[in-house]
Amino acid sequence: MISKEQVEHIAKLARIELGEKEKEKFSMEISSILDYIDKLNQVDTTKIEPISQVTGLENMTRNDEIRSSESLPCRQAGEIRNNILEEAPAKKGEYFKVPKILE
Amino acid sequence: MELENLTIEKIHKGLMKKEFSAKELVRFYLDKIRKEKDLNDFLTITDKLALEQAEKIDDKISRREKVEKLEGIPIALKDNILVQGHKATAGSKILENYIAPYDATVVKKLKEAGAIIIGKTNLDEFAMGSSTENSAFGTVKNPINKTLVPGGSSGGSAAAVAAGHSVVALGSDTGGSIRQPAAFCGVVGFKPSYGMVSRYGLIAMASSLDQIGPFAKNVEDIKTIFNTIKGKDDFDSTTIDSKTRDNHFDFENLKIGVPKEYFGEGIDKDIKENVEKAINKFTNLGFEIKEISLPYTEYALAVYYIIAPAEISANLSRYDGIKYGHAANNQNLLEHYLKTRANGFGDEVRRRIMLGTYVLSAGYRDAYYNKAQRVRAMIVNDFRNIFSSRDKIDFILTPTTPTPAFKIGEKKNPLAMYLSDIYTVPASLAGLPAISVPCGKAGKLPVGLQIIGPQFKDELVLEAAQSFEAME
Repeated sequence: MISKEQVEHIAKLARIELGEKEKEKFSMEISSILDYIDKLNQVDTTKIEPISQVTGLENMTRNDEIRSSESLPCRQAGEIRNNILEEAPAKKGEYFKVPKILE
Repeated sequence: MELENLTIEKIHKGLMKKEFSAKELVRFYLDKIRKEKDLNDFLTITDKLALEQAEKIDDKISRREKVEKLEGIPIALKDNILVQGHKATAGSKILENYIAPYDATVVKKLKEAGAIIIGKTNLDEFAMGSSTENSAFGTVKNPINKTLVPGGSSGGSAAAVAAGHSVVALGSDTGGSIRQPAAFCGVVGFKPSYGMVSRYGLIAMASSLDQIGPFAKNVEDIKTIFNTIKGKDDFDSTTIDSKTRDNHFDFENLKIGVPKEYFGEGIDKDIKENVEKAINKFTNLGFEIKEISLPYTEYALAVYYIIAPAEISANLSRYDGIKYGHAANNQNLLEHYLKTRANGFGDEVRRRIMLGTYVLSAGYRDAYYNKAQRVRAMIVNDFRNIFSSRDKIDFILTPTTPTPAFKIGEKKNPLAMYLSDIYTVPASLAGLPAISVPCGKAGKLPVGLQIIGPQFKDELVLEAAQSFEAME
């Protein structure tokens, strides 16, 4: 079970604004999913190590070398950078524009 | 020449014999998509890109240059895969006007192989769903019966191939999102082993599970696409070098496992009958069939609905209305976040982000997330034991879905929707290769047979699927 107040709390943590009716709806729906998930408590996992992935690969690094632009997914160096900046909802020159944080 | 229902091989021969040009072929598909747009399987049709690519192939043919197998083959891509200069919405309002700044690795490889990208297909928002009803741009209809869902989340790609709107398509599969819609639409859909195909340029959902894979009308075409897109990629550190793995196998005297847990409560009677019939056909190939048990199967869906939302909540935190995508334009930063994400995300996405935030939050992490990671290890072990020396099973056969395609609007309860992935989720959690191939009809609706193989034995799964297809 998850209460309306708990939904309010996690919605705030997740940075999602909810209306009053939505809080009730999500509290009911998430509760029923959690009820289902609770079946995991039937499983004894005391001797089992948790896993977060399945390939067995660890700390995959590459050599710290300069690569030619042909190896990049974009045809011209710098093109990808401009394309990314193009998508910013608000920008000033070559910077992302962010609402004021400190009052 | 008839341009409908062509396979890669037939198109290649047709182009070589000049029975049609690549441009004529592409125009035929683009027209057909538009004529039957009520299916709502495409979100973007990339006419200009497709016709430009086709012209290049036609020039090559007229110059009598060598033309490779995939050159001139129309392909559709799920709209969470980036094609530079084209929209990639992921079926979400938050990315409604987002233009991809670069090509996904799979797109780069397909372009280099000469495949022709004809458009981007509809999907459940951020690939979260099993029916495409969660798309912000309307539900896709099943080409077999327009009152039914095509499955999801890659419903647009499955419908496009089934309707003959594309020869082949790419989708992404996190818990069944390629295999389940393939089963519902009566086409072949393959989820490779986790790590076989680069996800660079795939809009991330749950990163320990996401995998790109192909849809086609036959296994041969699936193989061609898979062989083109697979391989280690510097831009996705989870990819493995398949050349270093032992892929050798003799396709004879194999032992097939049939897990009893996949035929229990909730399975449709016609599905069960068809799949059992399909399994028996494998004895004709001289294979031994053995009933097996994967005892932790019943916990797979519960594990999935902790791990996937946890990863979703982290991955989707990037949609902040600052770097790209929809922005609420509020002067206060917190308000800006709250409003951007409230307006940009649909119900299922918000539900999963909140569920994920909850299972990762202080005080609940051990009980939910860590517990799920442990049970996931047990599910992986289930499969390992079956494939290992103990049982020596070579591959597993199951139904792809418990029921055939359901009605649009039928499953209003989120949990009821989740249950339609009950047979596809376990292989996802274990990162195993799995394919859905058509095996008969339940009434008038297609049934899918799922073939699951050991990790990185993707070729074996494809071989088994092709042998079955040849008997059908």
